[in-house]
Amino acid sequence: MPRWVLGALVLSLAAQIAWQAVRQAGAPPATDLAPAPGAQALRLASFGEPEAASRLVMLHLQSYDLQGLDYRRLVDWLDSVLELDPRSQYPLFAAARVFAETADPARSRLALDFVHRQFLRDPNRRWPWLAHAALLAKHRLKDLPLARGYAQALDRHTSARDVPLWARQMEIFILEDLNELEAAKIMIGGLLESGTLKDPAELRFLKERLDELEARLAGQKR
Amino acid sequence: MPAATLARSVLLEARRGGLPWLAIAAVALGLGLAAFASQVALTESLALQAALVASVLRACAVFLVAAQVTASTLREMQDKGLELMLSFPFSRTTHYLGRLAGFVACGAALALAFAAPLLAWAAPGAVALWAVSLAGEAALVAAAALFFAMTLAQFVPAIAATAGLYLLARSIGAIQAIAAGPLAEASLASRIAQHAVDAVALALPRLDAMTRTAWLLYEAPSALAYAAALGSALVYTLLLVAAGLFDFHRRSV
Repeated sequence: MPRWVLGALVLSLAAQIAWQAVRQAGAPPATDLAPAPGAQALRLASFGEPEAASRLVMLHLQSYDLQGLDYRRLVDWLDSVLELDPRSQYPLFAAARVFAETADPARSRLALDFVHRQFLRDPNRRWPWLAHAALLAKHRLKDLPLARGYAQALDRHTSARDVPLWARQMEIFILEDLNELEAAKIMIGGLLESGTLKDPAELRFLKERLDELEARLAGQKR
Repeated sequence: MPAATLARSVLLEARRGGLPWLAIAAVALGLGLAAFASQVALTESLALQAALVASVLRACAVFLVAAQVTASTLREMQDKGLELMLSFPFSRTTHYLGRLAGFVACGAALALAFAAPLLAWAAPGAVALWAVSLAGEAALVAAAALFFAMTLAQFVPAIAATAGLYLLARSIGAIQAIAAGPLAEASLASRIAQHAVDAVALALPRLDAMTRTAWLLYEAPSALAYAAALGSALVYTLLLVAAGLFDFHRRSV
């Protein structure tokens, strides 16, 4: 074999590795979130695998930097993903526990409104997210009428036997003089007891959230 | 029995050609992707793993069957092995069906191998339903690949035709829904397009109703829906076999 061939191979491989190493991989800019495709377009692109496609799209959405993200487009995406696989809880989990927990009240309200709207379509399955939305409305948005409205919706629309009593009586829970950490711990405890919380990734995520909340409240007290 | 001998030779060729190693690589790929994706998932990590593994293995099973059938058939044709086989005292039908039986058995073996890892996430009953459906889907793809390989006699066109048929069959339901959706224009052109899509759908199996990941994640299908899906695949497979035999019998070779 001619030596220049070996040299060309080594040099081109080194150039490839160097070129890719210089590129910075990170969260895509918020402005890069394209307008949401319709559910039918997503279904077409999924080639008969809507369950896998819906979850992969959620992994894609959660990779975006939330700062400056167009929440109207984001909610359109969540609507399409949920229509693709209506039994997946991922879009509602992300909306309630990630996208709604933003410092911007207007964007938080958009995410909570999405949770409420989707809850009304399947209340017996989607009640945990509206329960968390009620807590956020009270403790983050300081909007007690909104929180009570969500709590009343929980009582009015859920009918399945496996919906725990504390969720149906969320309004009492909202009116109790608890801080956010105490309320969150009680709710997560209730979800664990009812068997609603089982996924290891979700348990890990919620534990991290509780730790962050605890640290934030401890910092505020000082 | 000549057909059984032919089927056995097809299986032997697949084993010696490295198909088991490719199957192991496919399982490793599916499990690797699922493990990676579930690490970044915030919730439903187990469901994500199951959905990814199932969809990747389904695609790999179909691809491996199509590639194996096409390559094996074209090699036999190009090495004049087909002419040698036809000189033996058994009919063209026996030859065609014997080879198809071998390819169907390959597909069934792949379906069984790919269903085994799913037991980590789903109930055995659901996995069994998924495996049988995948075996049926692989049999349909084997029949399609054999038909296209014998008819087109070139690797790339045969694979492209098989892939095109498969992908269209998996997405025709979504295409029909888009064509007939509430946002579709009520113009003559739109109605013609809708009827054209419906006509194409008549000539395709509904593969989007087969081997559903929802059976693993949520609940098993009703007996009627499952039987309808398998029945549709069986009818289409028979159509492809009949078309293949028709073409094979009229050829001069």
